[in-house]
Formats: sequence, structure tokens, C-alpha cells
Amino acid sequence: MTAALTLTDATVKRGAATVLSAAGLIVEPGEVVGVVGANGAGKTTLLRAALGLAKLEQGRAELAGRDVSTLSDAERATLAAYLPQERRVGWNLPAWRVASLGAFERPPKEARATALRALARVGLLDLQDRGVLDMSGGERARALLARLLAASAPLLVADEPAAGLDPDAQLLAMDLFREEAKIGAGVVLTLHDLSLAARFCDRVVVLAHGRVMADGAPRSSLNVDVLAAAFGLDGDLTETAVGPVLAARRRRLH
Amino acid sequence: MKDLPLNLLLLAAVLVLAAAGLWLGETRLTHAQWVQAFTDPASGPAQVLWTIRAPRTVAAIVVGAALGLAGAVMQGLLRNPLADPGVLGVSGGAGLGAALAITFGLAAIPGAVEGAALTAAVITGVILTVLAGRFREPETLILFGVALSSFAGALTSLVFNLSPSPVALTEVFAWLLGSVANRDWHDIGRELIPMAVGAGACAYAARGLVMLSLGEETAQLSGLPMARLRAAAVAGASLLTGAAVAMAGIVGFVGLAAPHLVRTSAGADPGRILLPSALAGAGLLVAADLAARVIPTDLELKLGVVTALFGAPMFALIAWRAARSWRG
Repeated sequence: MTAALTLTDATVKRGAATVLSAAGLIVEPGEVVGVVGANGAGKTTLLRAALGLAKLEQGRAELAGRDVSTLSDAERATLAAYLPQERRVGWNLPAWRVASLGAFERPPKEARATALRALARVGLLDLQDRGVLDMSGGERARALLARLLAASAPLLVADEPAAGLDPDAQLLAMDLFREEAKIGAGVVLTLHDLSLAARFCDRVVVLAHGRVMADGAPRSSLNVDVLAAAFGLDGDLTETAVGPVLAARRRRLH
Repeated sequence: MKDLPLNLLLLAAVLVLAAAGLWLGETRLTHAQWVQAFTDPASGPAQVLWTIRAPRTVAAIVVGAALGLAGAVMQGLLRNPLADPGVLGVSGGAGLGAALAITFGLAAIPGAVEGAALTAAVITGVILTVLAGRFREPETLILFGVALSSFAGALTSLVFNLSPSPVALTEVFAWLLGSVANRDWHDIGRELIPMAVGAGACAYAARGLVMLSLGEETAQLSGLPMARLRAAAVAGASLLTGAAVAMAGIVGFVGLAAPHLVRTSAGADPGRILLPSALAGAGLLVAADLAARVIPTDLELKLGVVTALFGAPMFALIAWRAARSWRG
């Protein structure tokens, strides 16, 4: 089967600084891949490079086996949907309208129905008519997540989808991504919560200083050595009744 | 169509204001003179009605609609409630073009000043369109617009500074204050084509404006041809502004205020707001022109002065209310 996303040997520069160097990422249909790393490690750049939003100095980005730079805007949107970290909405649009923009190319009635289904999934159906600027940050984040789901693309790319959500909503969001993967979508997320990454992702990619330091099952990616090298943490994953949990403290500098 | 009641209401308001514009004037027409105006085209009352009041009112409608639409498009494009045709420097560029044409003695040639204003606006618009394609961030476009606007203002001042003829100077000044008085049907007809093209480009860009509400990157990956839609929005707004300035000089604040009057009623949607904004702009400008005619002053007030007098406090009010959305 063709991978939903293939990024090979990608190097991206911002000014003179190299923010991503020879990084690779593969996301197969039906799997949830977590991208983790310290602030400034290149997580967002990795996603943007894969989607053709960041200019590649070298390397190649493919969606469903097709070079992303050759795709038209419309073709790219049928292959991938993106939830950026930026959550500022320009105008006080009602939540249903924001969600319906995920399915804007469908007839208005259908788009609205799709939007309402997506809002129900993120638990925001009660607030469908509320303006997103009149919502709390977490509620707005859920409305934007609903837009991503409404797009029903074969690849979902989300940059810190759990940021700003309450604990229950974080678990809900991760459950939703798992559901999408179950029906065949490839999912790639950046996360800061390593416990969440370990519990919900099939694979975890660890970035440090623009390079891929580890890529594999959570238990092998998030091992003691990687945690120390990539995050400066002394710690390990501990199994609990609800899944692995990271227990860690900052490394003392000797 | 969801906004039909809103648009019909606005249209009715424009028609009522336009009727008032035809009714009111320096000379009061008697009942018999009204009958004469409609039956005998050569009579005095007919002259007053059809060559003075009607073109003036229609010019106010057309200019107001163009500015209201241009303002709504720019606010949507820049995701900023304080954007208007003046912010991007298009009005300033058009003003400079007119000032140059008048100073070089071209005012005697019919349409030369208007042509110069429109050309300068289009040149400014082209510069902006190129910049808009190069830089995705709305902030960059605003900064370039402010720079263009200041530069055009500086050059206009330079024209004042170096102008040898006080007569030309007075003329430039009167022109920059903005007015729809003494326009004939020919003046109006000439600008309708660029306005129609501009309005078409804006209508095409509408769906892109909605998507831009969610941010540049979301819009870019939405599947819409954003580069083309963005260029259409800038080009359309520039054409509308240029043609409006060519017809009436510089009339500020209508482009800023019109979208705000209808935003809530149109569900805050920057695409749906376009038509209501054009109608609201038309109504506002006819009302402002009525005020300019009715307020008793020795010299008739200039339209641009009236809109600025009412517009500036409104600007402050909008900023006050917009502060809420920036906190979010």
C-alpha cells in the first residue's frame, strides 16, 4: 500500500539557520504517528515540509505517492487536511460555520450536516451557534478540530491538537484521531505530552535540533537515552492500568 | 438566499435616501414644477432634476457602493476590522495621480484628471497585488500599504510645495476634499466599467475571504486556489477604490464604516458581507451628501469633510469594540 505521507531527506532553512536537516517521516494509512521534541526541535517545520508549505532545500515530500510540489491546491486538499497550531480566527463566525469550512466544496446543506456531525464528535453541538470569539480558547480549539474532521481527508496532520484542552478533551481528541485511523486515515500529530504520545500513538518520532533522533514504537522511541538526549530528562515510561505514563525530572547538570 | 431580507432592507433604505436626494436642493420645486420636470425635458425644473440632482445622487450611490465593497474585501483579506481602501495606499495613490494631472494643466481635458487618478490607483493596486503574492502575512501587506500611503501623501505634498500656480493648488485641494457635486452622466458612465470589473473580481474572491478567517495556512491547504483569490481581492478592491476616487475625489471612512454596520447581521461571514456592505456604503454616502447639502454653511461642505467628521469618531468606536476580538 502507498504511504499517506512520505518525507525523505528533507532539509529546511529559515534564514541562515537549518531548522530541519535530512529528516524523514512516513505515515501509513491507519496509523497514528506522534512527533515529539523540545521547543524549537523542528516539529512544526517537519509537518509543514511534508505538506509542501515549507520550501525544501533538499529532499522530497510525497502525499499518497505523489510529489507535493506537483499537486494543485485542490488535489492536495483531497489528500491531506491540516490543523495548524495558530488558532486565531479572524471573525466571530459561529462554530457550525467554522466546522463547515472543512467541507466547503459540498452543497451548503450537506456541508452543514457534516459540520454538525463533527461538532457532535468533539462535544460542541450545544455551542453550534456560538461565535468562536465568544468561546474559551479550548472550545475554539475544539471547533477548529471539528473543521479538520469535517474535511474527512485520508491524511490528518495536526500541530499540537491537545494544547489548551482540558484533560478530558485531550483524551477525547486522541480517541477521535484513533477512530479516524481505524477507518483508514493516516494521522500525524505533534504533541508535548509524552504520556499521551506513548498511550495513543502507534509510532513516535523524536526530533532534536532538526534531526530525527528516534522513530519507532513508543516504548523504544521514548527510552531512557532518548529522553535524556532529546529532552534533558531523567525518566522512563511506567506502565499503569490506563497505559504508559512518563515519570521524569530534569537532569542535573554536573 | 439567507441574506435576502437584509439586502432588501438596505436596498429600500438606499432608495428612500436617493428619493430624498432628488427631493431636496437649493431650489424648492412646486407641485407644478415636479409635473413639468417629468413631462417637459427642456424645462428648468427638468434641468435641475435630471442634470444636477439625479447625477449627483447616482454618483453618491455608485461611489458609496464601490467604497463599501472595497472596504469589506480589504477587511476580509487582512482579517482586520480597521482596514479600508485608504489603509493600503490606493486612495493616496489615486489622489497623487489627480494632483499631478491638475498641476500639469491637464484639468481642461475632459476625463484627464479622472484617468490619471484611476491609472495611479491601478499602479498602486498592481504593486500591492505583486506584494500580496510574495508575502502571505496580512501584517506585511498592511505595512506596505501604510508605506505606500505615506509615500503617496509625501509626493502629493511635494506637488503642493512646488506648484507655481495658486489656482491649480486650490483646484487640487478642492479635489482632494472629495465631492459628488457637478458630476454629469458621462463622468459616471466612464467609471462604471472599471467598477464592474472590480466588483466581479471581489465576488470571485469571496469564498477565499471566508477561508482566510481561519488563518493563512489553513486557507492555503483548504483546496482553494488562494494565490489567485488573494490577487483577485487586491486587484478588485484597488479598481473599485481607484474608480471611486476618480469619480468623487478622496472620500474617507465609508469603506471602513459600511462593513461594520452589517457585519453582525451577515453572520460575521466576510464573504456574505460583501453585497450588504456595498448597499450600506451607498446609503451612507447618499446620506453624507444630503448632510453636506442640507447643513447650512456659506460655502457648501465637501463630501470628504462630512464623512471624515462623522467617520473619525466611528473609527474610535470600532477600535474600542474590536479590542475584544484581539484579546481572544
